[in-house]
Amino acid sequence: MRRVVAGPEIERLIQLLSKLPGLGPRSARRAALHLVKKREELMQPLTAALGDALEKIVVCDTCGNIDTRNPCMVCADETRDHSLLVAVENVADLWALERAGAVNGRYHVLGGTLSALDGIGPDDLNIASLISRAHEPEVKEVVLALSATVDGQTTAHYITDLLRDADVKITRLAHGVPVGGELDYLDEGTLSAAIRQRTLF
Amino acid sequence: MNGSISRNDVIPHARILTLKLSNFRSYRQASLGLAGKSALFLGPNGAGKTNILEAVSFLTPGRGLRRATLDDVAATEGDGSWAVAAEIDGALGNAMLGTGIEAPSGDENSLRKSRIDREPVSSASAFAEHLRVIWLTPEMDGLFLGPGSERRRFLDRLVLAIDAEHAARVNALDRALRSRNRLLEEQNFDAKWMDAIEHEVAELAIAVAAARAETVKRLATEIESNRDVESGFPTAQIALDGEIERALEIESATEVEERYREKLRDNRPRDRAAGRTLEGPHRSDLIVLHQEKAIEAARASTGERKALLVGLILSHARLVTSMHGFAPVVLLDDVAAFLDTERRAALFGALEMLGAQVLVTGVDESAFSALDPSAIRFRVSPGEAVRSG
Repeated sequence: MRRVVAGPEIERLIQLLSKLPGLGPRSARRAALHLVKKREELMQPLTAALGDALEKIVVCDTCGNIDTRNPCMVCADETRDHSLLVAVENVADLWALERAGAVNGRYHVLGGTLSALDGIGPDDLNIASLISRAHEPEVKEVVLALSATVDGQTTAHYITDLLRDADVKITRLAHGVPVGGELDYLDEGTLSAAIRQRTLF
Repeated sequence: MNGSISRNDVIPHARILTLKLSNFRSYRQASLGLAGKSALFLGPNGAGKTNILEAVSFLTPGRGLRRATLDDVAATEGDGSWAVAAEIDGALGNAMLGTGIEAPSGDENSLRKSRIDREPVSSASAFAEHLRVIWLTPEMDGLFLGPGSERRRFLDRLVLAIDAEHAARVNALDRALRSRNRLLEEQNFDAKWMDAIEHEVAELAIAVAAARAETVKRLATEIESNRDVESGFPTAQIALDGEIERALEIESATEVEERYREKLRDNRPRDRAAGRTLEGPHRSDLIVLHQEKAIEAARASTGERKALLVGLILSHARLVTSMHGFAPVVLLDDVAAFLDTERRAALFGALEMLGAQVLVTGVDESAFSALDPSAIRFRVSPGEAVRSG
């Protein structure tokens, strides 16, 4: 039987930290110890930040993004191109695209992908709202930035079908050579996709 | 013999130098110095000989030669983790391949992790650039008599040794088909959702069928061009039996895909009643004929069936060698129970010519007199394998 080294309050902290992605029991222990040591400089502001965030976080009614205001910062940004709508699976994907600074349009967070096996149907996702946004007159292009998995692609086909009558261009992300990537190291599937989708130089 | 040894030197090959097992089935810790040579693992039944071959088979994508689940492989007295590491002299020079699972924590499913030279890689498919492994086990004996699913799996293994992406393709098709079957169960399913799933099913189905057809074609050519060399084994004539595969021979992939998609749509009521998708490459079969006798393999004698299978494996080894420019590692489990003395000698001789490292298990050493004399002998007892010559 493992011996408990700290009181229940600290044990509970460790237990909760270990539920965070990327943290196993060992690193949770280290993080907890670090917090305990830096009570004033780190633990207190972190507690305040967590409380603050918990209180103010809302899901954007327009796009499904998570922010502390509604509509979210992205939707409220008037300088963005309103003709471009990028559909992503989840907020993490939105953040990734924003980090890259690759999109000057607006987003739509679906909240996952269709998965018959996991019982996730169209009604469980923000698909209906995407379709209605895509029909707004200023929207000219919908980018389906979804995973290249069976479920991701099924979702893309589904949305494409529903948007058939909308006057928008439907595009998806290209598959191919990563920036700075050497051909030699690419898997065959990616390589053949890259050749198929080659572009003019 | 000297002639064949120097021959080995000029044919590029991929060989295992050292094999290390941790918490793998009956082995707590084991390190086997193979030095790139063929090896014979001797010991009584249940000693753990096949476990060693199984460990090597995990240096390919998939579930290894016993088709075990990842948890099954872990030693019972361990913490649930297991690892196989191999130092190899592979197609890209020396490399360290490692694979295994970590001790399961909580409710998360353990995922197989793979590393090359201690750097993580996305899957065991990445090993294929360094090393290819093919095998023959007594369980494959029933291949021609058993259900079509066995032969499809066998064929997919053959494809996989040539095209490492095939595993991902087959798994994706399986998932798409299961999604379709699940959605069909619903009383009023969303027809557009079904369209989307079938779109995906059709695309993957054509990709899987085309990869299989390509392998069968290449293998058939290989068998044909080596007829004389393999005098010890009957010539197998192989073909794929499936509507999509046949259509792909005469029509473009796009046309076949479009038609299959329409068929899926039309067959919804029928498939729904059956509870599964009744047509597609997941129902295709590999047809093997004994060419000299012009009979189906299933109707050949027991001995002929075995010889046909070994001949196929041998041709496959040759095809893998010619396509990738290096000979695969060949695992032969309990081959003495499988083949008579003459055919064993023919098999060992052919593999030696190919320059393949061969790992063999057996009970009785006398059955292996025809094996390359430089092969290392290991005496296997539960939990350990000790070099004996």
